[in-house]
Amino acid sequence: MGGQMYSNSRSVDEVVAGILSRYSERQHLMRILQEVQFTYGYLPREVLEKISQHTKIPLSEIINVATFYHQYRLEVPGYYIFLVCMGTACHLRGNYDNYNALRSTLGIKKGSTSPDGLVSVEKARCFGCCSLAPVIMVVSRDGNERYLHGNVDMREAKKLALNYKALASRKLKSGGQQ
Amino acid sequence: MTEWTLMDRCCDKCWHTAEYPCKHFIRCKVEGPLCHDNPECRSKRRMRLDELRYGRHGFKIRVPISSCTLAAGAREVYEAVRKEVELGNIGADITISGCLGLCYLDPWIELSKRGLPSAIYVKVKAEDVSKILKEYLSGDLSNAFALRSDGSLQFKDYKVPLLNDVAPWANQVKFVSKNCGVVNPESIEDYVALGGFRGLEAVLNLHPKNVIEVIKKSGLRGRGGAGFPTWMKWEIAYSQASDVKYFIVNADEGDPGAFMNRLLAESDPYRVIEGMIIGAYAVGASKGYIFVRAEKPLMAERLSKAVEETRKYGLLGRNILGSGFNFDIEVILSAGAFVCGEETALIAAIEGRTRPRQRPPYPATRGLWDKPTVINNVETVAHVATIFQVGVGEFTKYGTEKSKGTKMFCITGSVKRTGAYEVPIGISLSKLVYDLAGGPPDDRKVKAVQIGGPSGGCIPADLLNTPVDYETLQSAGAIMGSGGVVVIDENSCMVDVAKFFTGFTLAESCGKCFTCRIGMKILYDILNDITEGRGTEEDLDLLNELSDVIMGGSLCALGGTAPNPVKSTLRYFKDEYIAHIKDRKCPAKVCPSLVEYWVDPAKCVGCGLCVKVCPTGSISGERGKPHSIDTARCVKCSQCFITCPQGAIIKR
Repeated sequence: MGGQMYSNSRSVDEVVAGILSRYSERQHLMRILQEVQFTYGYLPREVLEKISQHTKIPLSEIINVATFYHQYRLEVPGYYIFLVCMGTACHLRGNYDNYNALRSTLGIKKGSTSPDGLVSVEKARCFGCCSLAPVIMVVSRDGNERYLHGNVDMREAKKLALNYKALASRKLKSGGQQ
Repeated sequence: MTEWTLMDRCCDKCWHTAEYPCKHFIRCKVEGPLCHDNPECRSKRRMRLDELRYGRHGFKIRVPISSCTLAAGAREVYEAVRKEVELGNIGADITISGCLGLCYLDPWIELSKRGLPSAIYVKVKAEDVSKILKEYLSGDLSNAFALRSDGSLQFKDYKVPLLNDVAPWANQVKFVSKNCGVVNPESIEDYVALGGFRGLEAVLNLHPKNVIEVIKKSGLRGRGGAGFPTWMKWEIAYSQASDVKYFIVNADEGDPGAFMNRLLAESDPYRVIEGMIIGAYAVGASKGYIFVRAEKPLMAERLSKAVEETRKYGLLGRNILGSGFNFDIEVILSAGAFVCGEETALIAAIEGRTRPRQRPPYPATRGLWDKPTVINNVETVAHVATIFQVGVGEFTKYGTEKSKGTKMFCITGSVKRTGAYEVPIGISLSKLVYDLAGGPPDDRKVKAVQIGGPSGGCIPADLLNTPVDYETLQSAGAIMGSGGVVVIDENSCMVDVAKFFTGFTLAESCGKCFTCRIGMKILYDILNDITEGRGTEEDLDLLNELSDVIMGGSLCALGGTAPNPVKSTLRYFKDEYIAHIKDRKCPAKVCPSLVEYWVDPAKCVGCGLCVKVCPTGSISGERGKPHSIDTARCVKCSQCFITCPQGAIIKR
């Protein structure tokens, strides 16, 4: 699944050429976008424009698809992304409060990423782990790390926010991924 | 040399390959050899079947690796078991399995040693593994949760109940989920040994018309939502003259609170593949897609692996088992949109577009790339495979006149035993809530049961005797949906619940029909006003009227059902709406605007932590003495509530 992980040191042209060598038709648009997001953690405008030029799919149509489905991000996320489950069981057990606690702890007022760019908080759909509700998943934007936290309350959410923020800052300082 | 498996050739006489397949390949693996008689080949099979049960050393340890058990720490348990077996020089085979559906007991392990009953240990922690293994091997099973029935051994000496007698298990009928938590989901051999692909082998000897006839006789209805008869969909697609037809399995499970499809596909993926091949054969499809939600990566991984393995042995691809039937499957990732539960929107997503379209034409006549297309959900095709494996009579034994068979329900929310349970269709809601899920914890009371996902409805506690079948639920204002059951207790506010679901479907509305796009927004705004203390009594009539407009004026089922939570809560819980509107009170103390934060002077020690975190400076008090909150300045951010080490901040 998903294809291989590209190094971000490759130029945009190389990345686009690599993806389009495998998928180039209109019907493969979803897969093209999934690979772009897999490479960058989001869909950079520049890449979408290049894809539009090469495939002759109008940019407006690409943006239409990219904004319609939840999976795609159009802005660069923080190093770690909190995915707060907004499923029924999680909602009833207080995940909306957790969501707000994460945002207020990280100082996010607008958008979904903390002002220092380290951590993002997003609402997510059900992961199917309702027995552990409320559930928060944390993923790194390169897709290599994935942690699931169950039975989270507001205190725990605050702790998680601070821990992952510190971790993200350490990782970025130690020359990790940009 | 790698060990011999059932899937390998027994001797030179076996000539089955993917290119030149043998018709009897599957039956031969378990009962064979069929084409020649050789005692050695026969005993090879028997020994291997025994090995699959007890391992090469007569001791097998199962650790469940699936999304839910992993979240509960199964990976750590697996590592602990592996270490223990290696360091302690214990002769044992460790194998992974899927999920039993008893989520409240995760993670569990099952130990099976020849001569001892299989024992299941639950809520296992990595540090307990060593002790558990020692105890079990010494014959002391007293700490096991349950034993598995085997038939050959006496159990009564152990004073541990049989799994079949434990409450949530005893009330179930394991039909489609019988392999879950038993079979190794990454081994095609294990599936074949347990009767897998026998259904397919039988089907390939039938005319497609007869296959459809069997499903018609079974009365199987789609397990994904509306309960459309499966055979009817198949027959329409079958009777279309077309060079290409498609068979799609919808594994894009989007209902919050429903995870039976993830559980099935992660725990027993080959059953899904088998059912899919059978369906494709019946309708004459040559290409299949499994549409998996990207948020459920393990499910996608297991299904992809199963497709590869199935193809390797000639059960997918050209000339499947020598029948002349060609079919192949591709697993594709869904980018996530609730509206993809609508068939035409799902097709649009595969084609790289967005939004549903007008029906008819139905996908069975014009679907993917305008070709006849059948779309079934995971549980439905798993049922198909099981029906052909064990016979249609086993299926029709259960259920009601109009809805045959069993159905999986995921019960979450305020219950003691969260889990995925399989029961005959038509049992009562109260059985699901109490006998299976154990009712709410801490002596709380059930207020309502929400069934059918965001487009379902809330059924009040006094109607819990309602039998769960497609028609009865509909007349009670809910739907079966994919089978998500959320139990709501008195700590939840029904207006908030309605607002939650409305917010969900509002966000998921694709925007094509204005009734849904704008109507849901207005619906949400009215509910928001009510929860924030700005509601009027006229709002209640408006909610009802608007709901009808949205349901009547929207193209697809999303808009057609989205107001269900509002309508059903208005029908059964009008008093809660009135309390919000007239008394400006939220009886369950959920809606923030109608709740006040208050310091309990009996608990407050005056540490001053809340003063530090309050963004508006509305908390004051002398150090060491009870503090108080100025409610006029309080913005209800809840930071004091989180921070207080004494639990002295109280909502009222």
